[in-house]
Order: sequence, then C-alpha cells, then structure tokens
Amino acid sequence: MSGQIVIVGAGQAGVQAVQSLRSEGFSGAITMIGDEAYPPYQRPPLSKAYLLGTFARERLFLKPAAFYREAGCDLILNARVDKIDRAAKTVSLQDGRTLAYDKLLLATGTRVRRLACPGAGLPGVQYLRDIADVDGLQDGFKSGIRLAIVGGGYIGLEVAAVGAKRGLDVTVFEAADRLMARAVSQPVSDFYAAEHTRSGVKLNLNTGVESFEGNNKIEAVVAGGTAHPADMVLVGIGVVPNDMLARESGLPCQDGIIVDRNAMTSDPSIFAAGDCTRHHGREGIEIRLECVQNAIDQAKHAALAMVGRAKIYSEVPWFWSDQYDLKLQIAGLARPPDRLVLRGDPASRKFAVFHLRDGVVAAVEAINAAPEYLTGRKLIADGAKVPPEKLADLSIPMKQMAQD
Amino acid sequence: MPKITFIQPDGAEQTVEVVAGWSVMEGAVRSLVPGIDADCGGACACATCHVYVDPAWLAALPAKSEMEETMLDFAQTAAPNSRLSCQLRVTSDLDGLIVRVPIAQH
Ligand SMILES: Cc1cc2nc3c(=O)[nH]c(=O)nc-3n(C[C@H](O)[C@H](O)[C@H](O)COP(=O)(O)OP(=O)(O)OC[C@H]3O[C@@H](n4cnc5c(N)ncnc54)[C@H](O)[C@@H]3O)c2cc1C
Ligand code: FES
Repeated sequence: MSGQIVIVGAGQAGVQAVQSLRSEGFSGAITMIGDEAYPPYQRPPLSKAYLLGTFARERLFLKPAAFYREAGCDLILNARVDKIDRAAKTVSLQDGRTLAYDKLLLATGTRVRRLACPGAGLPGVQYLRDIADVDGLQDGFKSGIRLAIVGGGYIGLEVAAVGAKRGLDVTVFEAADRLMARAVSQPVSDFYAAEHTRSGVKLNLNTGVESFEGNNKIEAVVAGGTAHPADMVLVGIGVVPNDMLARESGLPCQDGIIVDRNAMTSDPSIFAAGDCTRHHGREGIEIRLECVQNAIDQAKHAALAMVGRAKIYSEVPWFWSDQYDLKLQIAGLARPPDRLVLRGDPASRKFAVFHLRDGVVAAVEAINAAPEYLTGRKLIADGAKVPPEKLADLSIPMKQMAQD
Repeated sequence: MPKITFIQPDGAEQTVEVVAGWSVMEGAVRSLVPGIDADCGGACACATCHVYVDPAWLAALPAKSEMEETMLDFAQTAAPNSRLSCQLRVTSDLDGLIVRVPIAQH
C-alpha cells in the first residue's frame, strides 16, 4: 500500500505507528511532526530513575536515529502543526509549511493541567511532563530543601518517593481524602499513605491548595488556611488531552478526540491514538486512558486500519508505577461498585486487590505481586469468573485460578 | 564496549556493541535488533523483552530478581534459560554473551 501518511505528535504512540505501518507493509511516505526538541522518548522514567539521576538522558529515547532513517520516516522536530484542512487534506505547520496527507494520525498526547490560583505563576512552581521539566526540577532538587507537592496522584507520589530518597523534605497536599483516588482502591491508597509516611513524607489529605506566596520566588504554599514554607513546588494534578487541532477542524471531541474501536475519527482519513483519544473500551464504556499500553496498542490498531486491515481494539489496559522498592501493577478498569477481594497481607508489602463485577474479574491492583498481576490480566481478558474465597486463598497458587 | 550476539529464530546473527551499564534490551533496541519489543521500556512490567541465553553463559549472569522470576514463570514460551533482557546489565564480564530471540513476544 502506498500514499502519504502524516503523523502529528512524535511520542510513544507516534513512533509505534511508524513501526507498525512498516511491519504491516505500508510502502508510502511517512512524515512525523513533533513540537519538542527531542525525538520520541519514554516519559515513565521522567518521574522515576531520570529524576533520581541514575538514568542518562540518552537512554530515554525510544528509537535510535537509524530507526527513522531505515523506516524512511521523515521526522520533523521543533515544529508545531496548527491547522488541519480536511477538505484539501493538508496540515499546516506554524513555520508556514503545508504538508499533504492521504491518511492522518493524530498522536498529540496531553499537556499538564495548570493551577490558576494566586501565586501560581511564581518561579519555583513547576510541572512535570517532558524532559525540559525534569531538567528544570533537577537544579533545585537538593538534600534538605523543602519540596511541596500539589496532588497525590502517580506523578506527585513518584516524585515524592524520589525526593525522600534524595533527602528532600517532602510534603504532599491532596484535596481528596485518599491518595491516587482516581486510580486505585482504598486499601491500596491506605497502603501507599503508610509507606510514604514511613519514608518521612508528610501527607496532607483533604487539603486543597488555595494560593502560593513569595517575593519573586515561591516561599510558601497556602493550604487548609495555613501557610506552609516551601522552596520548591511540583504540581501534579492531572492532564488535559491535546484535542484542539481536531476540534478546530470540526472532528467530534469531548475531553479527547473521539475515535472508534479501529482508532478512526469521524473522518475516514483521520485516525488518532494514545493519550489524546477517547474511545469505547472493551467494556463498551467511553474511556480516555493515559498509559503506555494504550499508546502502543491503539497505535498498532490505527496502523492496521490505515493499511486497510482494521481490527477491533480490545486489549486489557495495564499500567505500572514505581515508588520506593514497590512495584504497583494494574490491569483492567476498576469501577466503584465492584466487589473488592484482598489477596495477601499489605503488611507483608506484597498483596493484590481484585475487582469483581457480577463475579467476573474486572481489574487487579498488584503490589510486588507479579503472579497476581499476570494471572489477573489473563482472567480479565478471558472474562473469567472466580469465586472470591478462592482468589483470597493464598494456599491456592494463582496459576490454578483459571481452573474450576 | 562489550559485544552481545543476538540470534533470530531463523538463525540470522547480529553482534552489537552495548554501552557498559546499559541493559541487554537497550543494546538490542539501540541497534535495531528485531524481536525485542520492550513495551514498558525496562520497568520489568511487560515481559516483551524475553530472550533465551546461550547455555554456556548462564552461569555468568546475575541471579533473577523475584519479580523477573515470576514474570518469566508466566511467559508462555519461557524455558529454563529464559531471561528478561531489560534486567541484564551489561558489564565487561558479559562481553561475548550470546542470546536467542523468541519467535514472538506476545
Ligand atoms: C512523568 C510521567 C510518568 C509516567 N509514568 C507512566 C508509567 O509508569 N506507566 C505508564 O503506562 N504510563 C506512564 N506515563 C504516561 C505515558 O507516558 C503516556 O501515556 C504516553 O507517553 C502517551 O503517549 P502519546 O504518544 O499518546 O503521547 P506523548 O508521548 O505525550 O506524545 C505526544 C507528543 O505530541 C506532541 N504534540 C502535541 N501537539 C502537537 C502539535 N500540534 N504539533 C506537533 N506536536 C505536537 C507533544 O508535545 C508530544 O511530544 C507517564 C507520564 C508522565 C508525564
Ligand atoms: S522491557 Fe518490559 S519487562 Fe523488560
């Protein structure tokens, strides 16, 4: 198959699409445009080993330069697409260039949600999404400094763990009544709260940040009516999908570019993959996922659809987070009325929480528990029913869960 | 730089140099060795960087962590000489290491 494919956004999903298009035999031209200074790189290490300083920048890149050369992909960096003309089938770059496409893939990811409260613009109030953000954080990341983290989600907590390890005086402010409330169940939140506290991180739950104070640089975080002195602030309160381009070109968007299960938008020439999309997940409910798995799998499906071999995207979502020596691995999507089944004792720092919906395994959260995670992922994919007593019984190995 | 040889299921061999301190997986990705997907980028979370280690080299490798052990235990095509290549750190001791790439990672 030939023609001209243009990919907007040079990240995890974009690079996967290039690889999959070539492995599926697409022989036409591929151009990928990214607005960052770097070729596609992995973001997960940014809040983990890269911030810790044990992982050279060079290791972040997803592919070597030779990959783009050999794949015949024209990689245009430091360039922003600011308009799609669907009638003419062209995209315009901010620098004035116009590129024609037969098929277009939007893989524009997300940007950080910013705080708008008083003082939010003070130097020292920082965010974490890209390499430049971490490099900016590194300068002040020194033992003894007071680091305030706004938001007790994954990114805030991973940074808290790195900060504690590097001897910073870390305080977390979270408006909800528990940590990672959007993503994990209560027992897992409680476990992580205890682990952070044990490592010297001060947690303030139910505490929304009201403002920041300082003269030309951050000096204090005002939260819960009190001013907490701080030398540095990291805000991690979630992300917003980059769907403006699609929206302005008239494609349906709603907190993400709406795509079908073949990663196609309402325009059959335009596809979208990764963090920027909203799709009907395998359970038929609309979701927007922010994880490497979705970027990779949805991009693979977009590539298949673009070469005319569309296949329904129904992979089980999975995610991980590293905090201290704890590996949290999650598969499936939890929903509040799910029945929770605890397997193992959190005090052993190795346990899992299974989510059952109508008796069927719907999600698993595993802490230092690979067998639970791996079997759980398979049980979810198979739509398996497992009795809760059986799941909770440590004397039954995970490998036997699938059998009656 | 230490050299590592990757052998594909069809017998094709590729010997690549890997920066000491990097993982065998990173060496493969940097040199465009096919068949090492490494979806999680080395976080020991995906098991798509599986390789079979040449039996002569098994003793030279550091022991598996519990996490690697269980990830492999659940990989469908795993054998006793299986390792997750992202967990193998390259040192001068591993210069000449030979590993085989499985037919598929998924
Ligand atoms: C600090 C951090 C830690 C994370 N940790 C984990 C983890 O442990 N596990 C996990 O599964 N996921 C993790 N994630 C999430 C994961 O990195 C994302 O899900 C993944 O990067 C999404 O890939 P993507 O290609 O959709 O978007 P991105 O990788 O963000 O790529 C999109 C690119 O498009 C560019 N772009 C946007 N608009 C335009 C335009 N108009 N023109 C040109 N370029 C444009 C953006 O600048 C960006 O470079 C983490 C994310 C962050 C920030
Ligand atoms: S790269 Fe994911 S486990 Fe090795």
